[in-house]
Amino acid sequence: MAALSPAPTKPESLSVAERKPPKSPYTIDRGMPGAFEGETVTRRRFVNVAGQTAGIVAAGAFLVPALGFALGPVFEEKDQPWQAVGRLDEFGTDTYVARTITIAPAIADAGLSTVYVRKFNPSVDTEKRDDFNEYIAISTACMHLGCPVQYVTASQRFICPCHGGVYDFVGKVVGGPPVRPLDRFYTRVAAGTVFIGPRFSVNSELERYSPRDPGAPLDGVGQYLYPARPTMQKLPNT
Amino acid sequence: MPKIPAPPVPGSLQPTPKRPGKVYGPQTPAEHGHEGAASAIGWIDERTSLSGGARWMMFRKVPKGTNWFYTLGSATMFAFLSQAVTGVFLAMYYDPSATRAYDSIRYINNEVFLGEFVHGMHRWGSSVMVILIFMHMARTFFFGAYKYPRELNWVIGVALLILTMAMSFTGYLLPFDQRSYWASVVGVNINGTGPLVGPYLSDFLRAGPDFGATTLSRFYALHMMLLPGVIGALIGFHLYLVARLGTTAPPWIRAKAPEALREDKVAS
Repeated sequence: MAALSPAPTKPESLSVAERKPPKSPYTIDRGMPGAFEGETVTRRRFVNVAGQTAGIVAAGAFLVPALGFALGPVFEEKDQPWQAVGRLDEFGTDTYVARTITIAPAIADAGLSTVYVRKFNPSVDTEKRDDFNEYIAISTACMHLGCPVQYVTASQRFICPCHGGVYDFVGKVVGGPPVRPLDRFYTRVAAGTVFIGPRFSVNSELERYSPRDPGAPLDGVGQYLYPARPTMQKLPNT
Repeated sequence: MPKIPAPPVPGSLQPTPKRPGKVYGPQTPAEHGHEGAASAIGWIDERTSLSGGARWMMFRKVPKGTNWFYTLGSATMFAFLSQAVTGVFLAMYYDPSATRAYDSIRYINNEVFLGEFVHGMHRWGSSVMVILIFMHMARTFFFGAYKYPRELNWVIGVALLILTMAMSFTGYLLPFDQRSYWASVVGVNINGTGPLVGPYLSDFLRAGPDFGATTLSRFYALHMMLLPGVIGALIGFHLYLVARLGTTAPPWIRAKAPEALREDKVAS
């Protein structure tokens, strides 16, 4: 019922002579007891600001380290050591051999992952040969949402059980929801043994990119919408 | 006022009425026992004045037409309390390390007295809470209870809904079996599909680019400390606003304005 109450009357505007003179910025002019010459900040105001600042500093002293502690792993590059997966003659060019590598140390079985390995096959592999792809190592993380794919020898396809993603022999998408070919690992040969190193992602032309999460497309604008992260980088100049 | 009939107990056991001139207050130990609870509450209230707040919270005016749908908010809160209590007791046996989490859950389910029951309460209770919070939200929406001046309470409620979802997500990993592991891999990767910030968000959730040794303890800390604390604080503020602003009448109840304040009478 605000409409029923009388409207508040507006005070008459004062003339210049009637207005209070503006307060002096100096505490000594305002007659404050114990004021110093040239002092403009009252002691009440000084203690107030000092107290608030001390509170912010004290809170920051535990908040900043705690936040850094929680956010630190986002900026820390993951160590991806080279791991031996077998002798050269264990891998052919026509089919994949499953090998187990450690992707997270110190947590036993939960840190293991399967990798499919074969020798470079010039009749199906179109990418440029270099020191890191004499052997092709394909990750089992589906590029839809990360479930484990399985290689089916009879159909020469990688098939994901979760949402029906299907990849061909070189890991390119041939069906289902995945947005890019299966990730790969750098491989290298030393002393008659195949070693598997850091992971990298590939676009539909099988060009190497720093590892992305499943679900992040790499063709067109995708590589900018889903940027590379500090936690995992591809090897320089590859 | 009619008197409540005396209980049918033998006359010798019924209290004798006070005689004039008798000293007031409890005399015998039995009388002290009767007065004990009241005097303890009085002692606390004299020092805290909490009874005023309790009266303000509990003896509120409620509009005509208040019905069973208005209990959904309390039901959600009791689901949360049930989750909090069962969760605290599960934590007595649970071990949030990647190598021992699964074994500790198996131990809870197979060996601990009532372990499977308490674990089951927590597991099914989480679904109950999600269902109840959505029903409470639907009640608020369909009864128009989100309108002025209760918008802020709607916003807090939405934050509570999101936090409840976050609780469900972080809790799902903790049994650390195949289902929870792969479901969390998929869930984190769904978070990662957000453009620009998604990749960093999923790195934050996993504490690195892959599920590792600290992912489980990170989910556990969020599930066990951070999220319940925030939910508890927001429920407190939500309840304060409910008591402060009152509940709304159902939309089919029409308010009857006093005769003197009717528009047509006022205008003439």
